[in-house]
Amino acid sequence: MTTVLDRTAAPATPSTLPAPLLRERGQREVFCGLTSIIWLHRKLQDAFFLIVGSRTCAHLMQSAAGVMIFAEPRFATAIIEDRDLAGMADLHDELDRIVARVVARRPEIRMIVLVGSCPSEVIKLDLSKAAERLQARGQHDGVRFLTYTGSGIETTFTEGEDRFLASLVAALPAQEQNAKPRLLVAGCLADVVEDQFRRIFTALGIEQVDFLPMRESTVMPSIGPSTTVLLAQPYLTETARLLQSRGCQLLHPLFPLGEEGTTAWLQAAADAFGVDPGRFEAITRPGRDRARIAMTRARSELEGKTLFLFPDSQLEPALARVLSREAGMVPIEVGTPFLNRQHLSAELDLLPTDVTLSEGQDVDRQLDRLRDAAPDLTVCGMGLANPLEAEGFATKWSIELVFTPIQGYDQAGDLAELFIRPLRRRALLQTGRA
Amino acid sequence: MQLAMWTYEGPPHVGAMRIATAMRGLHYVLHAPQGDTYADLLFTMIERDAKRPPVTYTTFQARDLGADTAAIFKTACADAEARFKPDAMIVGASCTAELLQDDPGGLAAALGLSIPVVALELPSYQKKENWGAAETFYRLVRSFAAGPTPEGRNPASCNILGPTALGFRHRDDVEEICQLLVSIGVTVNVVAPLGASAHDLTRLPQAAFNVVLYPEIAATSASFLKERHGQPFTKTVPIGSGACRDFVAEVAQLAGLDVEAALAKIQSRAPWYAASIDSNYLTGKRVFIFGDATHAIAAARIARDELGFTVCGLGSYTREFARDVRAAAKTYGLEALITDDHLEVEDAIIAAQPELVLGTQMERHVAKRLKVPCAVISSPVHVQDFPARYSPQMGPEGANVIFDSWVHPLMMGLEEHLLGMFRDDFEFHDGANPSHLAPASQKTSEPEAPQIVPPGAPAWAQDAESELKKIPFFVRGKARRNTERFATDHGLSTITIETLYDAKAHYSR
Repeated sequence: MTTVLDRTAAPATPSTLPAPLLRERGQREVFCGLTSIIWLHRKLQDAFFLIVGSRTCAHLMQSAAGVMIFAEPRFATAIIEDRDLAGMADLHDELDRIVARVVARRPEIRMIVLVGSCPSEVIKLDLSKAAERLQARGQHDGVRFLTYTGSGIETTFTEGEDRFLASLVAALPAQEQNAKPRLLVAGCLADVVEDQFRRIFTALGIEQVDFLPMRESTVMPSIGPSTTVLLAQPYLTETARLLQSRGCQLLHPLFPLGEEGTTAWLQAAADAFGVDPGRFEAITRPGRDRARIAMTRARSELEGKTLFLFPDSQLEPALARVLSREAGMVPIEVGTPFLNRQHLSAELDLLPTDVTLSEGQDVDRQLDRLRDAAPDLTVCGMGLANPLEAEGFATKWSIELVFTPIQGYDQAGDLAELFIRPLRRRALLQTGRA
Repeated sequence: MQLAMWTYEGPPHVGAMRIATAMRGLHYVLHAPQGDTYADLLFTMIERDAKRPPVTYTTFQARDLGADTAAIFKTACADAEARFKPDAMIVGASCTAELLQDDPGGLAAALGLSIPVVALELPSYQKKENWGAAETFYRLVRSFAAGPTPEGRNPASCNILGPTALGFRHRDDVEEICQLLVSIGVTVNVVAPLGASAHDLTRLPQAAFNVVLYPEIAATSASFLKERHGQPFTKTVPIGSGACRDFVAEVAQLAGLDVEAALAKIQSRAPWYAASIDSNYLTGKRVFIFGDATHAIAAARIARDELGFTVCGLGSYTREFARDVRAAAKTYGLEALITDDHLEVEDAIIAAQPELVLGTQMERHVAKRLKVPCAVISSPVHVQDFPARYSPQMGPEGANVIFDSWVHPLMMGLEEHLLGMFRDDFEFHDGANPSHLAPASQKTSEPEAPQIVPPGAPAWAQDAESELKKIPFFVRGKARRNTERFATDHGLSTITIETLYDAKAHYSR
């Protein structure tokens, strides 16, 4: 399939790339956007995600989430069947019936999110119309209906969260004229990380802080020109665009991974809110020191080890930056499903110049490059990890990087630990495995 | 539309993947959108395969829809042939690609590849995983085993049909049944699809008869081979001691061997273990059974005839074999539950009040919530269903494995009596796990099993409520429900200690 070596950056690009960008189009070994429901439904505790799709969607969700869901999940699939496609059943009536069943079973639900899928996109089922109708009809009082697409033809893995947050942004109220400056942190963070950041912001004197998504769907922050946005995740292209179109000011610092990233991220907010440098230094100093100590320990195990990242979550460039600058690892290839040069400009500036950046995927070619490079550690999805281990490569499954709290000072060590463990384990095992 | 929080079967193309992954030298080119590659992890994570499944996905995206998705498919086919050099290829579409109507079969044929290409039509909005696997296997058998029927076949030779990748204990069942067949003097010609190449399929007609281990996968192929090559096939699935004996007798007859001599070869501990006095406490335990048709029907027979349980519920998600399950259920005086809605299965379990659940991973979760012991007997599979040890379900060793895995979750006989004798014992209390389970997990915070309290239900007097707490926790839910039903039936608004024991007398068996 096609491979384009792109040495000329697009004109609007604010940053020059550290190295040529390898653009690939071929088989992509990545999840679709539906998968992000696995963490979104844990984050928004009164929301229910109803995928309108096929048996494949339902099967993906239970396979990716594992059957080890401890509580009954707050997501499900309305499986489109033959009679729906043949027009023997009215899709909208069917959807109403299923929504009624969900509401009856989970009366505590305050938000139902209709999630589009590949088949619903291809048959052009208008879910926003369905959501509008369900809302207008008022049959389910106190339930807000939202919709977005998590289809594989439109979204890759974390982009599902992006589309969901974008649909939330569209529903956020506008702030009043002359509203006080507020900080909005966009992107799912683990609750523990969110609480840490909130404490730091409060200590810095930034009191008005909202997080998107919120934990409860009934608490909708208002936004507008007095809102400054800090992205907690690098994959929020659509969300950021919508926030900007609502007049919000978007900051573009490093992402809050590792000591350096977390400091730069907090610094951007501090600068925007006019926090005194002395105060910033005093408040962040303990966290920076703790992160540095943790990373120094990690460095002793990771320094000089080569790293190959397959495309997965769009976190890859930021991860490569942390691991190279703070842990001394040597990234060989950094793959990402999509490279948002604007959001990642600060990250790209800090990547080593000899790294291969690749966007998109042709998995078989990428595996060829991996075997040539023979890295010490490979970050890849679950479909590839065991086969690569069997070939003798140490791997880290990438999905753990979106399920584990890794942002902020106090998680810098945990982040490094995720990469250390596979290497340490290999050194430990004396099983005579080939 | 069907509401599904969980599904028993994946889409039919996953069934096709199970065939492709089971076989050697076969490659599957699947027209599918980005994201459908998730299915690889079923094989690499759940089954811990050391190799990626032999599947190339076109992974088209929205921007391709306006352009030429058919061209992407052709490129993928040509690239897959060049890179993987398979002996044969299967081509098809997943649910989304089916809507595009690109005709993978026609496109692949137009490429003029140098290898045989078998086109699959798997209607994703009608059919499911097992059907997809059966259809794929049938298409392959039709394509490769359609040659002339050989002369002078060894009457004591057979093929084993049905085992696939990602099957519930297929790996070990095949080994066990091969050993069993060889021990009674039958030669195994080809095992398929597991481990077979396209060339092996051409050798299928050389055997005198077929052994069908998994009718859900192999029934259509076996019928075709019977018609085309006059190969009869076995009807008994050798799960459990009784079925194992029937199977050996059936095979000996088909092979023209001495039936008694063949039966004498079966060595299993399970019948003696079931007869030993420690198993007395198993008598009449109520079991609820749900799974694929083959495993559910086999489990019911073992439960009643080989362990002395009472089958209080029997069902299956395999609609294709609903008739067989209904017929089996009738022999236990039950109405079969045929559904792929796990919520319906959950309701049926609650209503049946079993003391043991034999089901899939989903029923395991339901049983856990209801605090009822459970053993897994059927697909859909989970990483735990691929144990490191040899652990077949079929054959003599399978009967032993089943005895252990069904009996271990239950209280041992004396333990149950002790719980009855010392109801308020400080160690034998509700929160304590059975002593043979992990002592580390002494959690007491788990919520009580959900109770269904209908409006206007009789109220419990305080002393009756505390008397109820003296009943061992694993039967307390049942005692509560029975007492409430008894009270309602007798028009009592308050439940006293007397009511509790009246109900106990009323319901005692």
